[in-house]
Amino acid sequence: MSAAIEIQSVTKRYGALTVLDDISLTITPGEFVVFLGPSGCGKSTLLRMIAGLEAVDAGEIHLGGRRIDTLAPGQRGVAMVFQSYALYPHMTVAKNMAFGLENIGLEAAEITRRVTEAARVLEIDHLLDRKPAKLSGGQRQRVAIGRAIVKEPMAFLFDEPLSNLDAALRGRTRLELAQLHQRLGATMIFVTHDQVEAMTLADRIVIMNGRKIEQIGTPMDIYHRPKTRFVAEFVGSPAMSMLPVAAVTAESVEIAGLGRIAAQLPGLSGFDAAGAVLGVRAEDAHVLPADQSGLPFTISVVERLGDRTLLYGRLGTVCDLVVEDTGRSTAVAGQTVSVGFNPAALHLFDAAGRACDGLGG
Amino acid sequence: MAESYRRSSWKNMLFVAPYLTAFVTLLVFPLLWGMWLSLNKVDLFSGAKFVGLKNYARVLADPVFAQAVKNTALFVAVSVPSLVALGLFLALALNKTTRGSAFLRGLFFSSSILSVTIVTLIWRVVFIPGDGLLAVLFEAMGWTPIGFLSTKGWSLFSVGVATVWWCLGLPMMLFLAALQQIPADLYEAAALDNASKWRVLTRVTLPSIRSTIMMVAVIQIVMQFQLFGQAQLMTNGGPAGSSRPIVMYIYETSFVRWEIGMGAAASEILFAIILVAAMVQYWLSTRKEEA
Repeated sequence: MSAAIEIQSVTKRYGALTVLDDISLTITPGEFVVFLGPSGCGKSTLLRMIAGLEAVDAGEIHLGGRRIDTLAPGQRGVAMVFQSYALYPHMTVAKNMAFGLENIGLEAAEITRRVTEAARVLEIDHLLDRKPAKLSGGQRQRVAIGRAIVKEPMAFLFDEPLSNLDAALRGRTRLELAQLHQRLGATMIFVTHDQVEAMTLADRIVIMNGRKIEQIGTPMDIYHRPKTRFVAEFVGSPAMSMLPVAAVTAESVEIAGLGRIAAQLPGLSGFDAAGAVLGVRAEDAHVLPADQSGLPFTISVVERLGDRTLLYGRLGTVCDLVVEDTGRSTAVAGQTVSVGFNPAALHLFDAAGRACDGLGG
Repeated sequence: MAESYRRSSWKNMLFVAPYLTAFVTLLVFPLLWGMWLSLNKVDLFSGAKFVGLKNYARVLADPVFAQAVKNTALFVAVSVPSLVALGLFLALALNKTTRGSAFLRGLFFSSSILSVTIVTLIWRVVFIPGDGLLAVLFEAMGWTPIGFLSTKGWSLFSVGVATVWWCLGLPMMLFLAALQQIPADLYEAAALDNASKWRVLTRVTLPSIRSTIMMVAVIQIVMQFQLFGQAQLMTNGGPAGSSRPIVMYIYETSFVRWEIGMGAAASEILFAIILVAAMVQYWLSTRKEEA
């Protein structure tokens, strides 16, 4: 069972401090949505408001057409997986999973059926009689997910559930979560500050920053068409380089103190270049052959990743830049080379940080 | 290298010596001396004379001692569960961060810092016939007054009430400390699991503080078996020895009748009773945990 979630003008304050300001968002049934943002942006608070663990100061939350922000957490039809898993330490795995079902008076046979089924799916059947202290981090994580599954909720809420796992297990669990979502087809909201988790899992990503939603979009949308400078710099590794802009036309951008580069920026008229920056991802900048001229780039660090090479350095004397080169790059630190840019993949942001390149539109 | 270093480091013992000296002179030596005394006929004027287990035989045959053991056992059986239950109740009620609950915590703990003389004085004012608080209250209600300190049954009860009031602070604080160790997200998970308040208490809270409950019970068993000051000052063991605890029997034997060997024997018996009671309590609670 999956249901739509509608968040309407939700606000959260702690005394005089507003942590979420007029947030609105619609999540369609069966969608996997990731709340992504830096620490303290309010993403966990928003999730906890949906769960009922934080009060809503203004606005409404609806799940499957029913208003839930006035209901007790257990009445809302949601299940949550906590960052710390929050397993009951003195109950066995089976009891942990059954506890919520016993509380609503489900009959024993049905509880057993659901617990056995969830344990089979998550491959934790052999752990059912153990207590959480006897489980590894990854196993606890599965039990926490199992406890959510048996409730057959209308929506699953995940609060940074992978952050306590080691890197290898995190990658594997991420894959399993994606498969679980496909199999259950349930609405899922996943909070993380890890952009790899967001990019790989999400149908849509909600980027949050400073009390507000910065952008909602598919992972590719977010990556290729960032609407704000914050999104552009937050998503992608290495981070997007920002070049100061002196003047802009539809075919070219003048980088302050360096010269013009070709760009495709249709529909720009009367753009105020004051304070504007041009965003360039490493893969959209490249080292030019010796016979072509571009902007001078002095390499300070060379990172060889095997399949590709990242060159960190300064563009002229103006700003930092990261350039991607092939895996067989011969560049060395200290060298000055010419770099060129992919004119179709440049991101122009005005002084307020809004995208103005006709891509982010 | 490591072995030779360890053998050469006998000087390390010097670091333990100050504590060890105090421990041996003030604890181990009196303990052993007490055992030795219990095997001797001793008074303060003539020397000790070895009598074997005769003192024990006399103590165990003494009906006054039997009555004291019965009184003390009854007292422990009622006061310890009361202290655990009330301490737990107060801790649960005051486990909040409001200013009011902080004040009340201080208030309930404040009785613990009073000396036994002050405590018994306060409770004598409550229980004393004629002008006592309860006497006045009974009179106002038109009920027959009860001689709380001078009636068989009521006297031990009154000592128990004063004791619970006096000793409640420590269990409450220990329970509060334990309650605050329970991770908040367990309660959040329980809220999402639709658990009622009763289910949260019995399935999340109490299991989480089980070891503290056991510890408090053992501490209180050990402490309450040593009841003395309150009984002596409030009832002097009366009427007819119905509120005389074991320690008072030891005191009277040793320092009123000056039969020090016999008093020492009674002390060793009390020591054994407390040890056994604490072990039984410990065994009962750990056995439940294993299951």
